[in-house]
Amino acid sequence: MMTETILAGFGGQGILFAGKMLAYFGLMDNKEVSWLPSYGPEMRGGTANCSVCISDDAVGSPLVTEPDVLIVMNGPSYDKFINDVKPGGIAIIDSTLIAQKCERTDIKCFYVPSTQMAEEQGLKGMANIILIGKLIKETGLASDEVIKKALEKIIPPAKAHLVEKNIKAIELGKNA
Amino acid sequence: MERKLMKGNEALAEAAIRAGCKCFFGYPITPQTEISAYMSKRMPKIGGVFLQAESEVSAINMVYGCASSGIRCMTSSSSPGISLKSEGVSYIAGADLPCVIINVMRGGPGLGGIQPSQADYWQATKALGHGDFQLLVFAPSSVQEMADTVQKAFDLADQYRMPALILADGLLGQMMEPVAFDDAEIKFADASDKEWAACGHGGKRVHNISNSLYLKPDELEARIVERYQRYDEIKAKHTEAECYLTDDAELVITAYGSVARIAKAAVDAARKQGIKVGLFRPITLWPFPEKELKAACANADNVLCVEMSMGQMIEDVKLALECKKNVEFFGRTGGIIPKPAEILAKIVEMTQKGAK
Amino acid sequence: MPEFKKPHALTDAPLHYCPGCTHGIIHRLVAEVIDEMGIEGQTVGVAPVGCSVMAYDYFACDMIEAAHGRAPAVATGVKRANPDTFVFTYQGDGDLAAIGTAEIVHAATRGENITVIFVNNTTYGMTGGQMAPTTLPGQVTQTTPYGRSTDTEGFPIRVCEMLSTLSGVALAERVTVADPANIRKAKAAIRKGFEFQKNKQGFSIIEVLSTCPTNWGKSPVEAIQWLKDNMIPYYPLGVYKEGAIR
Repeated sequence: MMTETILAGFGGQGILFAGKMLAYFGLMDNKEVSWLPSYGPEMRGGTANCSVCISDDAVGSPLVTEPDVLIVMNGPSYDKFINDVKPGGIAIIDSTLIAQKCERTDIKCFYVPSTQMAEEQGLKGMANIILIGKLIKETGLASDEVIKKALEKIIPPAKAHLVEKNIKAIELGKNA
Repeated sequence: MERKLMKGNEALAEAAIRAGCKCFFGYPITPQTEISAYMSKRMPKIGGVFLQAESEVSAINMVYGCASSGIRCMTSSSSPGISLKSEGVSYIAGADLPCVIINVMRGGPGLGGIQPSQADYWQATKALGHGDFQLLVFAPSSVQEMADTVQKAFDLADQYRMPALILADGLLGQMMEPVAFDDAEIKFADASDKEWAACGHGGKRVHNISNSLYLKPDELEARIVERYQRYDEIKAKHTEAECYLTDDAELVITAYGSVARIAKAAVDAARKQGIKVGLFRPITLWPFPEKELKAACANADNVLCVEMSMGQMIEDVKLALECKKNVEFFGRTGGIIPKPAEILAKIVEMTQKGAK
Repeated sequence: MPEFKKPHALTDAPLHYCPGCTHGIIHRLVAEVIDEMGIEGQTVGVAPVGCSVMAYDYFACDMIEAAHGRAPAVATGVKRANPDTFVFTYQGDGDLAAIGTAEIVHAATRGENITVIFVNNTTYGMTGGQMAPTTLPGQVTQTTPYGRSTDTEGFPIRVCEMLSTLSGVALAERVTVADPANIRKAKAAIRKGFEFQKNKQGFSIIEVLSTCPTNWGKSPVEAIQWLKDNMIPYYPLGVYKEGAIR
């Protein structure tokens, strides 16, 4: 069993961090994982994306070209990746920032106004994590225990107060 | 041993420290800069040395000096920077010194690009500098294997007194995967077991000289011949390769490094279609695992070499197989990573036309 | 009465230098300083490419032969790995001021605790007398047969003056070995350089104005006179910078 995800958006939206969080969910669940970022000039203000694979067996190609799951946070990335989603796959779309609506009928699309939700809930800058919450809800990818363990790993002790905030964002996403 | 997620570049750096590498000399270049950044953070806290040189040329010459004095040291760069280092690499080889060099390959020639590539295979295995010499060349294909390779590279470099090169690429350097290190204490090796080291004779021996200059042709020839005797021993003892589903394979794919993983995905897909295909992955590129490749292709008439270049390793594949098999090529270059589906399509094409 | 002997820090290998060349004197001065400080066993020398390429055979301390111009980088590698060793480079003008410009400037500005013996004889000696970065305006060499033209070949580099602007430099001093009084001063400067290194007080460079009778086409005596008449006015002797940086 292998889940391949692409996360994509603007630099600064926490795309790479959200991908890392996802990879840590796999790691804490004793799965094989890989995280591959786009790198180079596009990191500085342009589009950013990363590939995350979570698998029961060794990961082959870490570069995801046909994702099972797409998390997308801006229009250009939506246009770039929406047609790559595997038939039967899902797309989780930040509908605050993306006006487009998907016409594909062979994938499931979830429109979550995550940027707006984050602002309203005092979680500015955590729209990415809200979308991760939605992904967990739709795929059952990680248990609450795994989520907590992973957050404690990736959030340094000096910023421990952010663990609760992230859990709150994930819960929001699950219920969106 | 706890597994944690690390970028390939960071894992290389941590593994070097754990292998007793006391000094690191670097220069920034994408996509390997994390190695320098990691070293600059760690080394001052554990009594090691990190130095950002003024150029790649200087960095490799700092390695030359440090290695001459018998201390484990390393430098890293990416393709254009490795070209600059070639002068120093040749001197290091000529003076029979151990060190580790890392090339996180990107597209070329010239400034090329910054995306992953394997177009430096020839440079690494045939001619990373002028003169008669070889480097030990390793091609790991996962973050864990990158970490494990560093220790091996240092040890063999010491054992055979020659530079070792780890040939990675932007994909392996930038990706994160789980990696585990054993909990051994970090200990920098000193020069006490290196009787040739130029580190001050202390009045206890005649002076040591670290040198590659031999003006008398018979002396120079003798030096080189002795070096090639060591190479022969390495060829006999230290070739490494991984075989995946090659026993009954009618078609064998050859691929190394990150591309081997992608090829593996294509092999799995092809097997699901009932195609008898396997993967041969050289782990040492020099020495090239010739015997292992021959054995892996025992039942195969057809071989497909897949690379992120216009085809460089394919020449070693053909030579190893003595041109007795039909060897075809599929590659992407310039920073394009081949997709499993593209490789699968080539497999299917070769199978359907019954190739040879 | 003291006996005149070869310094211990020199081997018994016969020097290959041309008659009248001053490399032999400079080698001796470095070796005498090493002897007097009692540091031969802790010293690593770095030889360059150029006439002194085989200095590794002449000095009795551990030696490394560097690529052309790279001696300061090689010395940095040795010194950083082993901060308690004494490390010196011995470089000519082509090596230090042309192909090795980046290496010398950056070793200096980092304040590497090394001592650089810079032998300036205004020419590439080993390859047969081509123009060097320190060749004087109007000077005839194999590659400036009509004399160095500042219009096309630019101007000589004054290394001590240039490096003395860098904060990492503890000592930048120009000396010569043109006569006994200056030879004594040269030795004192080399000693100072090694003392700065001993106290970990920064980078030291001693530029030694030297002759190349063979390539200049002069007798040894004429060469010394030419040095005094032409080089010293362009490259004034003296201390350009002195003082611990740390």
